[in-house]
Amino acid sequence: MSALLTVMHLTLHEAARRRVLVATLIGAAGFLVLYGVGFHFVAARVAEEAGPIVVRQRMLLNLLTLAGLYATHFLTLMTAVLLPVDTLSGEIASGVAQTVASKPVRRSTIVLGKWLAFSLVAVTYFAIVSGGVLLIARLFGDFTPPGLAQGLPLMALEAVVFVSISIAGGARLSTVTNGILAFGLYGLAFIGGWVEQVGTLAGNLAAQNVGTVASLLLPTEALWQRAAYFMQPSIMRDLQMSPFSSGALPSAVMVWWAVGYAVVAVLLGVQGFRKRAL
Amino acid sequence: MAELAVETHQLRKRFGDKLAVADLSLSVRRGEVFGFLGPNGAGKTTSIKMLLGLIEPSAGRGTMLGRPIGDRRTRARVGFLPEHFRFQDWLTGRELLRFHGRLFGLSGHALEAKADTLLARVDLLDSADRPIAGYSKGMTQRVGLAQALLNDPDIVFLDEPTSGMDPLGRLLVRDLIRELRAHGTSVFLNSHLLGEVEATCDRVVFVKQGRVVHELDLAAQAIGLEVELRVEGAPHDVLAAHGTVLERGESRARLRVADEQALPALAAALVQAGARLYAMTPYRRSLEDTFLEVMGEDQRPG
Repeated sequence: MSALLTVMHLTLHEAARRRVLVATLIGAAGFLVLYGVGFHFVAARVAEEAGPIVVRQRMLLNLLTLAGLYATHFLTLMTAVLLPVDTLSGEIASGVAQTVASKPVRRSTIVLGKWLAFSLVAVTYFAIVSGGVLLIARLFGDFTPPGLAQGLPLMALEAVVFVSISIAGGARLSTVTNGILAFGLYGLAFIGGWVEQVGTLAGNLAAQNVGTVASLLLPTEALWQRAAYFMQPSIMRDLQMSPFSSGALPSAVMVWWAVGYAVVAVLLGVQGFRKRAL
Repeated sequence: MAELAVETHQLRKRFGDKLAVADLSLSVRRGEVFGFLGPNGAGKTTSIKMLLGLIEPSAGRGTMLGRPIGDRRTRARVGFLPEHFRFQDWLTGRELLRFHGRLFGLSGHALEAKADTLLARVDLLDSADRPIAGYSKGMTQRVGLAQALLNDPDIVFLDEPTSGMDPLGRLLVRDLIRELRAHGTSVFLNSHLLGEVEATCDRVVFVKQGRVVHELDLAAQAIGLEVELRVEGAPHDVLAAHGTVLERGESRARLRVADEQALPALAAALVQAGARLYAMTPYRRSLEDTFLEVMGEDQRPG
C-alpha cells in the first residue's frame, strides 16, 4: 500500500515538476476565456433572435452549452491520452525503470500507482473545464442543462478509459506507437459514432451496426453520446437536431462495457509490464 | 546464513533467435568482491538483470541470498547501480534518495539520516538540492551509487560503476567497495577497467558468450610473475626446475615463476651450470594479460 502511494505521489510530483499540469491548466484557461467571450456575445444575440419564445431560447442556449461540453470532451480525451503516454514506455526506454523495478515492489504496483495518479489528474482536469463551461452558461445565459448528474459521470468515465488505454499501450509499445494507436482508436470510434448517427436518421440498419461495432472497439464516443442525450431538453432529442449528440440513446450496457474495457486495459498494462524485459 | 550470496545453474536467456546468455553457472560467496569480466556482448548486463528479476531467464535456475532469483522480498536486501544510470532527472539528488528509500520501505528520520550520510559519502552534499538534470555524468553515477546503498544491502550489483567518473570519482568507488567488503557486504562488480577490478576484487570470472570460461582467485593466488632472461648456454632442465618455460631461444628465455623468491635461486643455478647471464627482468602479469589470454585471439572488439 505504501509503495502504491509512493509511486502515485511521485507521478503527481512529476506532472507538477515538469510543468505538465501548468501547461494543461493554461490550455484549459485559454479555452474557457474564448468560450466565455463567445458565449457572452452569442447569448446576447439569442435574446434578440429568439424573442419571447422561451423554448427556442433554451434550445439555442443548450446547443451552445453542449458545444462547450463537446469541446470539453475532446480536450479531456486528448489530455487523458497524452498525460500518461510516455510514463511507462519512456521510463523503459531511458532505463529509469530499472532502478525502480529492482526495488522490492511489485510491477503491478508501479502500473497501478501511475494509473491512479493520471486518472486523478484527468478527472480533475475534466471537472475544472466542464465546471467552467457550466459556470459560463449559468453566468452569461442563466442556463443550466438538464441531466448533469447522469451526463458528467459518463464523461469522467471516458477520461479514465483513455488513461487506461494509454497506460496499457505504454507497457508494450513505444511512446509514438502508443500515441498513434490511442488516437487511431479514437478516430475509429468518432467516425463510427457519426456513421451510426446518420444511419439512425436515415433508418439504415447497416450503418447503425457499423457504429455499434466501432463503439465496442472503443466505447468512449458512445459514452459521450449517452451523456449528451441526457444533457439536452427532450424536444431537441425528439427533433434530433443537435450536431453534438444522437437522437438515439446508446444502451446502458455500453457503460458497463466501458467500465470493463478500462479494467481489462489496466490488467493488460499490468501483465505487459510484468513480462517486459527492462 | 548460507555461504553463497548468489548461485546459478545453467541460466540462459534468449531474445528471439539471439542467444544473449548461453549457460551461466556461477557462485558468489558472502562478503566477497566478485568481478564479472568479459568482452562487450558477452551477456554480462543481461546476466545481472536476470539475477535482479528485471529479465526473466529462458531456462536455468538460481538463488540469491538463499531465495530463488527474481523473488521480490529478497530485493529489499539488494542494491543495484545499472550500467545506463538514468534517473528521474527532474528530482533533486535528495528527492531521488527519498523516493528510492520509500520503495525500500524506509521512512521518516531514518530515511532522512541515511540519505544525508550517503550524500556526504558520495560527495554530493553541496548539490543535493539541485535537480539531477543539471548533474554531470559522474555526479549522476554517484547519486546512483548512493541509491544502491540506501537499504544497507547484503549484496550490491555495480554494473560499470565508474564509466562516467573522473579519477577522483574512481578512487571514491574503490574506497567504497573496500568499505562494503569490510562490512561483510558482497559486491558483484561488472567492469571493463581491469586495473580497477584487480585492485578491488577477491575473485573474478571471465565470461565469453554467456558462459564462464575461467575463474581466478585474486586473493589466494598471485596471477604470477614472469621473468625474461638474456642468457647464453642455459640448460633447459635448469630453467624448467625453477618455473614454467614459456619461450626459449639462443640468447633469451622467458619463464613463469611462483614469486620473487625464485629469482636468486634461478640466477645461482644458471651461473653454476655455466650459463652466461646478462640480464634478468621480472615483471608482474596483469589481469589484462590474463584477460587477453583467456579470451583468445578470436575476440574482436564487440
